Amino acid sequence: MYDFTYHRPSSLEEAAKLLAGAEDGKILAGGHTLLPTLKQRLAQPSDLIDLSGIKELKGISEAGGAVVVGAMTPHGDVADSSVVKARIPALAHLASDIGDAQVRHRGTIGGSIANADPAADYPAAVVGLGATVKTNKREIAGGDFFKGLFETALDENELVVSVSFPVPEKAGYAKFANPASRYPIVGVMVAKTAGGVRVAVTGAGASAFRWTEAEQALSANWSADAIKNLTHGPDGLNSDIHASAEYRAHLIGVMARRALAAAG
Amino acid sequence: MLTVSMTVNGKQVSKEVEPRTLLVQFLREHLSLTGTHVGCDTSQCGACVVHVDGTSVKSCTMLAAQADGATVTTIEGLAQDGELHPMQAAFKEHHGLQCGFCTPGMVMSAVDLLKHNPDPSDREIREWLQGNICRCTGYHNIVKAIQAAAQSMRG
Ligand SMILES: Cc1cc2nc3c(=O)[nH]c(=O)nc-3n(C[C@H](O)[C@H](O)[C@H](O)COP(=O)(O)OP(=O)(O)OC[C@H]3O[C@@H](n4cnc5c(N)ncnc54)[C@H](O)[C@@H]3O)c2cc1C
Ligand code: FES
Ligand code: FES
Repeated sequence: MYDFTYHRPSSLEEAAKLLAGAEDGKILAGGHTLLPTLKQRLAQPSDLIDLSGIKELKGISEAGGAVVVGAMTPHGDVADSSVVKARIPALAHLASDIGDAQVRHRGTIGGSIANADPAADYPAAVVGLGATVKTNKREIAGGDFFKGLFETALDENELVVSVSFPVPEKAGYAKFANPASRYPIVGVMVAKTAGGVRVAVTGAGASAFRWTEAEQALSANWSADAIKNLTHGPDGLNSDIHASAEYRAHLIGVMARRALAAAG
Repeated sequence: MLTVSMTVNGKQVSKEVEPRTLLVQFLREHLSLTGTHVGCDTSQCGACVVHVDGTSVKSCTMLAAQADGATVTTIEGLAQDGELHPMQAAFKEHHGLQCGFCTPGMVMSAVDLLKHNPDPSDREIREWLQGNICRCTGYHNIVKAIQAAAQSMRG
């Protein structure tokens, strides 16, 4: 790891100022993506700004029909939260299956979505539940947040503050995990929300996307029959040593059906 | 350089370190607590698991600076008054190790599991150990040891 200057600000304003003032500053959240990257010397930030000293960024609350998760909330807290388990069990389930126990103790929702790994789990929930991402500057609709491979709508000096998930009528998440890394090869969130049916896919493309044909089919008829024979094409899907585009396309259908069964 | 202070196995320590110092380096190289191992470069193997403020974490994926002010327990801190912790005793009794490289992390992770779930099923134990890789035992005796420890700790 190359050396850097370390900061632990106690307020969001101070963090934003440090980030803007640094030559090449990086936010440090749970460190479970950033530190392995630095260990491999794949990046050389001048400054690391650790958000763990900012109390308001951590925690889960319920407000206005939504569950609000602070950016610095670790996956394990989301998985164990009585509020999340009661209001959006699919989200608790998703969080409970990220990586392993120790990854869940440190990795955070803010870090996960800011990183926008094409194979991360949370993007399926942010897009699939129609969440709103609150930053230190504005609010971004979940569907507009992910822009491509490791690319988000965040500006250079913008910080994720929280993610607000409207409580759906029903929702289910299913993933086909890579047996070594536990990241989804394909993960699908299926939800019946106030704004309509949403089906979001992660792991298969450059970033999470909606499967509109499945949404239309389920809007017309919320049942397993509606998507029994529906298939997604392989065009534009990821292809790597773990799975071909054709295999991922097949998994989208299978995971959507499992997610629907979980949603009930 | 920056100064980090923490309580490690009940002792208050304070050292000057480079900001890039990992917690595992701090423990092994600055405090000579070499019971905590490093088995990979990818945060996957769990040989480095320690407890920070009572929760199991991978000390290879945390800066020493991030543990400033925290309470840390390593494998060296488990035995009390020369008496093995029930988890250590169970690993010994049930042959839960061969080369022993993964063992400190396994034991620390398993102790944390029992805090969350004092009566885990075999399946729950195996799921919890997803972040702890053993290249020798085939896991059977590790699971057996954790079951035995759970039983003895429930009393
Ligand atoms: C062994 C292992 C297995 C894993 N398995 C899975 C898995 O199955 N599924 C999955 O989804 N993930 C998995 N992960 C990734 C894990 O969930 C990471 O913790 C997560 O992706 C990043 O969160 P973090 O808090 O660790 O962020 P960090 O590593 O601290 O930061 C990641 C990036 O986000 C930026 N950032 C962090 N917080 C903010 C913020 N609030 N605002 C703006 N930018 C910010 C940082 O600058 C950095 O660029 C795994 C990781 C490991 C090590
Ligand atoms: S050394 Fe392998 S996970 Fe820490
Ligand atoms: S006993 Fe050798 S790696 Fe587990």
